[in-house]
Amino acid sequence: MAYMSEGAEGLRSIPALLQRNASRFAGRPAYREKEYGIWQSWTWAEAAEEIEALALGLLNLGVARGDHVAVIGRNRPTLYWSMVAAQMCGAVPVPLYQDAVADEMEYVLGHCGARFVIAADQEQVDKVIDIEDKLHQFEHMIYVDPRGLRKYDHRRLHEFSHVQEQGRAARDELVGELTLRTGSLGYDDTCVMLYTSGTTGKPKGVVLSNRNIIETAKNSSEFDRLGPGEEVLAYLPMAWVGDFIFSIGQAYWAGFCVNCPESDATTLSDLREIAPSYYFAPPRVFETQLTQIMIRMEDASPLKRRLFRHYMEIARRVGPRILDGKSVGLLDRLRYGMGQVMVYGPLRNTMGFSRVRVGYTAGEAIGPEIFDFYRALGINLKQLYGQTEASVFITQQPDNEVRPDTVGVPSPGVEIRIADSGEVFYRSPGTFVEYYQNPESTADTKDPEGWVATGDAGFFEEDTGHLRIIDRAKDVGKMADGSLFAPKYVENKLKFYPDILEAVVFGAGRDRCTAFLNIDLTAVGNWAERNNIAYASYQELAGHPRVLETLRDHVEAVNASVAEDPMLSGCQIHRFLVLHKELDADDGELTRTRKVRRKIIAEKFADLIAALYDGSESIYTETEVTYEDGRKGRIRATLTLMDAKVVPTGAPAMAAE
Amino acid sequence: MDGSDYRKDEREVPVMDAGYVTADGRQIGGTLMELKNITLRFGGVVAIKDISFDIHEGEIRAIIGPNGAGKSSMLNIISGFYTPSEGELWYRGAKRRPMKPYEVARDGVARTFQNIALFEGMSVLDNVMTGRLTQMKAGIASQALWWGKARDEEIANREVVEKVIDFLEIQAIRKTPVGRLPYGLKKRVELARALAAEPKVLLLDEPMAGMNVEEKEDMSRFILDVNDEFGTTIVLIEHDMGVVMDLSDRVVVMDYGKKIGDGPPDEVRQNQDVIDAYLGVAH
Repeated sequence: MAYMSEGAEGLRSIPALLQRNASRFAGRPAYREKEYGIWQSWTWAEAAEEIEALALGLLNLGVARGDHVAVIGRNRPTLYWSMVAAQMCGAVPVPLYQDAVADEMEYVLGHCGARFVIAADQEQVDKVIDIEDKLHQFEHMIYVDPRGLRKYDHRRLHEFSHVQEQGRAARDELVGELTLRTGSLGYDDTCVMLYTSGTTGKPKGVVLSNRNIIETAKNSSEFDRLGPGEEVLAYLPMAWVGDFIFSIGQAYWAGFCVNCPESDATTLSDLREIAPSYYFAPPRVFETQLTQIMIRMEDASPLKRRLFRHYMEIARRVGPRILDGKSVGLLDRLRYGMGQVMVYGPLRNTMGFSRVRVGYTAGEAIGPEIFDFYRALGINLKQLYGQTEASVFITQQPDNEVRPDTVGVPSPGVEIRIADSGEVFYRSPGTFVEYYQNPESTADTKDPEGWVATGDAGFFEEDTGHLRIIDRAKDVGKMADGSLFAPKYVENKLKFYPDILEAVVFGAGRDRCTAFLNIDLTAVGNWAERNNIAYASYQELAGHPRVLETLRDHVEAVNASVAEDPMLSGCQIHRFLVLHKELDADDGELTRTRKVRRKIIAEKFADLIAALYDGSESIYTETEVTYEDGRKGRIRATLTLMDAKVVPTGAPAMAAE
Repeated sequence: MDGSDYRKDEREVPVMDAGYVTADGRQIGGTLMELKNITLRFGGVVAIKDISFDIHEGEIRAIIGPNGAGKSSMLNIISGFYTPSEGELWYRGAKRRPMKPYEVARDGVARTFQNIALFEGMSVLDNVMTGRLTQMKAGIASQALWWGKARDEEIANREVVEKVIDFLEIQAIRKTPVGRLPYGLKKRVELARALAAEPKVLLLDEPMAGMNVEEKEDMSRFILDVNDEFGTTIVLIEHDMGVVMDLSDRVVVMDYGKKIGDGPPDEVRQNQDVIDAYLGVAH
């Protein structure tokens, strides 16, 4: 057959994979969603029928080849179907972050010129209606959940199930056109367009082709031997490339089942019920979960606490070795076995990890203690390094070669080179096509030979061949005396303390480093409760003298640890303050994926930075905040500036030990 | 969700008079309930004095008034907890005989309470399931063995309850004991229990008391959605004037057991007696 010459096993698009799955895995579950308290499921054959009905309905509404169809909402089978149905029509799905405010949506919808929007519910519909006058190409909106929308003007608004019904009714008339369009999807046609959150400037539309997605899904599925028996929980934002690769790319390639939670708030209990075998979470999720377990253990009975401590001690010592298949003494093996029955098994079950075979974390550095905790319990948690432009995978850790401080070896098919500046470059079948309507940025990022700049600085460890990432290349700077300034390196060390949610270190071009800290309300609040410390608000707790003292201890401990690395010892923190508000994406201080936006923070809190360097004891400040519903307010606070001890630079690092 | 699920009771309501159209253009049905010259005495104290008003099908009817005006007593009469000393209550075209509250409940009237009356030790799900008790008919043996009729009944009732839980967005607390919930959520659970009975008329006694602005906004949205999706007639008592004026189609104003105003919110707001009652005038 001629088309076998192109595409993986002759399959050149997601709809082609769907067709294969509908016959090969016809009776196996493809999607599950908890609704009305029960897991509802759809087999591959049923999903294919639903998707076809929707695609016919979209044709009926006039979706043309090359149109952009925006998809907004939380992870639901209907929205995944929407993306595939759009592809069947030759259109390009553009998933959007559901928590984006109307202004952010306006930019993305306007930029891609979406003619159609598929929205989950009234909340999303309202946002689009707010901005529809400014969207010149927008024509029709389809909603999934009809609740509260009955009285809306339905000239341009359609209910999802009605669109499907119309599609089914018009099947005879339209199926020929649909088959034609689906069949003509080429391997280099656009599969999906994803907007990067962008730590600087406006978001950019990353165009990924069928080749990018399918090759990446194939390689990564083979790397971790993913098969049709896997279970995943789809709970990460649909607009994020990872979710597209896991819940569509790999799921369609390997033919496994995608489970959607009942609501955002039930995710943790749904996770437990599904017990996924393949799981991804950003470090923050693992941190939160560990913090919760620790808090619950503090409240447990003394016997349980002792059992927990005793067996966790054993687990930390031998758990990772057992997981890596290294030799462990018989006695330790027996002890670990006992712990398995008494502690590890039940704990894994509570967390929803009793069946995890492959677990990944990425996006930020993960604290070694946190990482080791999960591995000690026998959970095969690994790290990967990736970005949207690479269709996720750049490097990943193979089983049995897992360490907290590296991000692993190049993924199959990926070439990596380190520039003289230390910046990491890669080239792979997953490398993106272009930034949509932005040739300058495309040229800046991707050179004619296909090498893409990651923007991260890193190096390969000589003995293991694993990549280590130090920081964002543009954030790595020089201090006034010329020594290296790597803020993220220090921030990550700070954030490994459960008390510290977020940290921002300043010091580029200065003679010493300072920092802003955010307390973690859950951890510090629980600590306050146990120590009978009363507080009325976040602000009051953040400014409490005993909290400040505790954080000072953390900062000094981090200083000692930073000082051990002679290259970075200049990054020790001389002074810091605890912010009166949590850094928030709604205020523009973080990206939607919760990365700090240094420039914006530095501008917004310029007065606080000045105070950190002019030696004053405290400072009065006013800050504008945005509430969830978009209203704005101001908060006022007087912040205490804290000094921290530093290890003298130049002194031998060993002296600190 | 299919709205018809909620209105299994499709008995025709005899039209005693025509409906009306609200300011925002909604068609309201005919009279569903009419209270005629109601007086309620406790010994020598007259709590309600010769009050008449009607409730149309599908409307949101508010009862407002200063403390001690007799609002809750009025609601208790509608729910069958009190029997009026004088006067008649007409419901669905027939005069209602003195009834026990459970009989009234079976007749399609459900309510929530000013002071939350939930089973604190039971889970949210079990609490909401109690709203279905009037629909359960299986015998005790069948219930105990969870077999045959009891089982089928529970499955059918659970389905209704799950739709209510979904509607009020309380899936995440389904299994949580009510005692551990914050106040605002308890109020929502109480509304869920009332809705589980699939009522024709829903009585809400101060649904927003003690709530913060955000919780009030949520509750208002739920009340409007219930009215809109299921066509449930809603009678509510509320102190927050902003909420009352926004939500309701017509308002009854009471003061010292007497009715001093009745009509659409805008009309009532202009009424001198009402202004006096709220601002305080020497009696």
